[in-house]
Amino acid sequence: MANIISDETIEYVGILAKLELSGEEKEQAKKDMGRMLDYIDQLNELDTEGVEPMSHVFPVQNVFREDVVTNGDDHEAMLANAPERREDSYIVPMTVI
Amino acid sequence: MDILQYTAAELGKKIKAGEVTVKEACEAVFARIEEKDKEFNCYITVDREGALARAAEVQKQIEAGTLTGPLAGVPVAVKDNMNTKGLRTTCASKILEDFVPSFSAEAVRNLEKAGAVIIGKTNMDEFAMGSTTETSYYGPTKNPCSPEHVPGGSSGGSAAAVAARECFYALGSDTGGSIRQPASFCGVVGMKPTYGTVSRYGLIAYGSSLDQIGPLCKDVTDCAIVLEAISSHDPKDSTSLDRTDTDFTSALVEDVQGMRIGIPRDYFGPGLDPEVREAVLAAVELLKKKGATVEEFELSLVEYAIPAYYVIACAEASSNLARFDGVKYGYRAKEFEGLHDMYKRTRAEGFGTETKRRIMLGSFVLSSGYYDAYYLKALRTKALIKQAFDKAFAKYDVIIGPAAPATAPKLGESLSDPIQMYLGDIYTVSVNLAGLPGITVPCGRDEKGLPIGMQIIGNCFEEKKLIRMAYTYECGRRKEGAEL
Amino acid sequence: MSREYETVIGLEVHVELATKTKIFCGCSTAFGGAPNTHVCPVCSGMPGSLPVLNRQVVEYAAAVGLATNCTITQCCKFDRKNYFYPDNPQNYQISQLYLPVCRDGKVEIETADGKKTVGIHEIHMEEDAGKLIHDEWEDCSYVDFNRSGVPLIEIVSEPDMRSADEVIAYLEKLRLIIQYLGASDCKLQEGSMRADVNLSVRPAGTSKLGTRTEMKNLNSFKAIARAVENERRRQIELLEEGRPVVQETRRWDDNKEYSYPMRSKEDAQDYRYFPEPDLPPVVISDQWLEEIRQRQPELRDEKLARYKEEYMLPDYDAKILTSSKKMADLFEETVALCQKPKKVSNWLMVETMRLLKEQEMEPEDMAFSPENLAKLIELVEAGTINGTIAKEVFELVFRDNIDPAAYVEEKGLKTENDTDALREIVEKVIADNPQSVADYRNGKEKAIGFLVGQTMKATRGKANPAVINQLLKELL
Repeated sequence: MANIISDETIEYVGILAKLELSGEEKEQAKKDMGRMLDYIDQLNELDTEGVEPMSHVFPVQNVFREDVVTNGDDHEAMLANAPERREDSYIVPMTVI
Repeated sequence: MDILQYTAAELGKKIKAGEVTVKEACEAVFARIEEKDKEFNCYITVDREGALARAAEVQKQIEAGTLTGPLAGVPVAVKDNMNTKGLRTTCASKILEDFVPSFSAEAVRNLEKAGAVIIGKTNMDEFAMGSTTETSYYGPTKNPCSPEHVPGGSSGGSAAAVAARECFYALGSDTGGSIRQPASFCGVVGMKPTYGTVSRYGLIAYGSSLDQIGPLCKDVTDCAIVLEAISSHDPKDSTSLDRTDTDFTSALVEDVQGMRIGIPRDYFGPGLDPEVREAVLAAVELLKKKGATVEEFELSLVEYAIPAYYVIACAEASSNLARFDGVKYGYRAKEFEGLHDMYKRTRAEGFGTETKRRIMLGSFVLSSGYYDAYYLKALRTKALIKQAFDKAFAKYDVIIGPAAPATAPKLGESLSDPIQMYLGDIYTVSVNLAGLPGITVPCGRDEKGLPIGMQIIGNCFEEKKLIRMAYTYECGRRKEGAEL
Repeated sequence: MSREYETVIGLEVHVELATKTKIFCGCSTAFGGAPNTHVCPVCSGMPGSLPVLNRQVVEYAAAVGLATNCTITQCCKFDRKNYFYPDNPQNYQISQLYLPVCRDGKVEIETADGKKTVGIHEIHMEEDAGKLIHDEWEDCSYVDFNRSGVPLIEIVSEPDMRSADEVIAYLEKLRLIIQYLGASDCKLQEGSMRADVNLSVRPAGTSKLGTRTEMKNLNSFKAIARAVENERRRQIELLEEGRPVVQETRRWDDNKEYSYPMRSKEDAQDYRYFPEPDLPPVVISDQWLEEIRQRQPELRDEKLARYKEEYMLPDYDAKILTSSKKMADLFEETVALCQKPKKVSNWLMVETMRLLKEQEMEPEDMAFSPENLAKLIELVEAGTINGTIAKEVFELVFRDNIDPAAYVEEKGLKTENDTDALREIVEKVIADNPQSVADYRNGKEKAIGFLVGQTMKATRGKANPAVINQLLKELL
């Protein structure tokens, strides 16, 4: 395997992706990611020199809304999904220590 | 005749003629679900109460003459990654187990305007990440043609529900083949339109630049009718296109005289099951007899589509799925210490293995130091793949190949080796990368009796050519007396 | 300190744009709603929602870019900045990294040390985050998305500033430009303008930049000045002790006059930017850009020059009048009504400024109409009221925007111009004050002032002093 994923890398990716992984899951993830990257490295065979990266497949541009208030009030329907709420606020563990 | 035998178009006519009521149609479907769904598991949520209430309302409007379209009163199943207002929408994930959207997807609203009755939400791979519908938190769906096999995925529940006659048609979504491949495995017709044809508003995003909603139906006619109904220019989706040529049913013409078919040699190379190869080539032969010209050519870059696709789709997914964090909706871990621990445990417990695998890969390829080497490289590859198709469509009206390298695998065979599973997408993903339309039509069965699908790919905005080709083929096969 | 250090400062200024709706949805940007009432699926990160760009945001951003001499990126794009925080409902912020809307601008600032140019690296458009309210008792935070999705521009300067004075001059300059454009009210206290300070120090005379820190939570010009001074000293102390400056983000606590690092191990500071797939590029054509240019209002520097030229105002007066958009608008509107620029200028420069100072108000908070100021000036000019009464009436105009003409009429404050009645009073004053009369007749010109005062007193201030003067001279 050409791509060896280190413990530090998996730890770091876990922080970026916000995923708590068990020791066993980390080992599996290291293997999976290494194999996937080996596979993806095939792309290096391809000469893409001078090719513009294509993020949008069609040349659509300038899609706008006008600056007019349009929203209705369905905040209750949205808040009803909150795992924890107090009146009309979402509740999270304290964000400052 | 059993109501369930009708296509959506046939049922629509019977309802309009007063020969079948909307309630009867719904009851027939619910009875079928009652009978079969314990085994097939096509549905995550069945909304009997809502559907019957809606059926009564639709029936009145049909009788009053305010609802006249071909889909009025016809029961539909919707893939569970499309929002349905007031009806639980899970993406087949534990993390959205109790999520009830405050609005419906635009495609769903368009169907409702056409008088459709939603009977439930279909099973899928979690967040549409998979090719077998085995990554669902709500258990795998089984292939109605052979229940020890998978129905394909990720729209496996939708394809299986159509095949099992647990609905008259269904909506699916296609990010890398998720409509076309399960349609092929289940022996139904499935179509992914040109990117931007159907609004993505209300579709819970997997890979935003690749996702498209499309129909899964019993035949090509239904497919054209449904696509016509769900296509719209939606100001709420900035990538939605303003097309004036969405009268797709006008292309239901049995004539391919003079149309040019390109057969990419790269789609028929090693790795393709010989039975699939033969069935697809036999279908092409039929079209040739109908007057189409057929030519082999080299599409090129086919092997690079999968790596490019996985980089792009996983990168976008890692960002799209960041919002599932236990704050606003869905699952929140029961035990945690502080905010970040809450995030990490919620997501670790709420997402399944394949979803986590893709989120991690996506986070990694975007991370500092790797963005150029992976993400930009993939976007450049995408540009080259688009160019290869442009070149092909300068010469051919359509490209025909298989939808998948083999027929449906057995349950439990695929997940252990992700790369092997990803390779199954080889004939479908490049269509998403290039934003093209593609349709799968059944073209036979293998020795085990499993369906084989032929994929017809068109240039962007040329759905009508696909429909015409697929319809002509379907008519030809019917005349040959084949069971569809 | 063993050697001299130079402070190098660059600013990241966030400005909330004055649009009616949010950047990517039709929710109102109005302040003051109950929590989570100005929200919709888009700005509260509901699954399946998609952003659609508010055209006005592009117009404002380009207008600010033009006014700060930037090059407008004619094909700009949005990118996603990925980080988890509860005020960020999607856990990514839609911003611009690779192709921001404006680049390479500059503004000229002026401090006691003279004029200098501060470069603008770029201006980009992005969405604001929601608000978190902390509950120490319950050990939790409340999340409100009313501000989530309010449009911002971030103006990133070059590291061209060297002192707190320059920082404040630069901020004042930006504020005036943006207020004049009507793109934002730029209130630091209310957070519609926020400045993060990037600061490093280096030995004087060297050219290599030192390690910088980024300071956040600066809510007033005074706080910025204190934070700059504090951070400069902190970094120099570190270097003097032979310790490194750590590149980090710090939070300023203005009450304690102290900053502390904000970073935790869960903040990887790796934002994984990538092109926003949900938003197509924005192409600002030459024609569109020209339209925006044509709509640009007169900005401060132009106005200053015009006031001096057109109204013959002294530099000092013109500067004060143009130091806020509100003041300049009031000046011009009042002049348009009464055609007396010098008088209008006087009322604004003297009485208005005095009252603003007394009541600790900003010019933007003034609520009286140019019509009422113009009427007051007309009353004085016509001799209907005298200066003393006028000042009293103006306080009421300033406070309650009263109609001065109606008020003067109602309260009977008109100057006594009835010469016969006045003649009687003057005669009585002459009779009652023989000493002063004698003094005047003996050549003490000043004595007449006392007699004028006595007459005014007798008329309860309503007489026209000029008329009294004339009558006295006549009768003596």
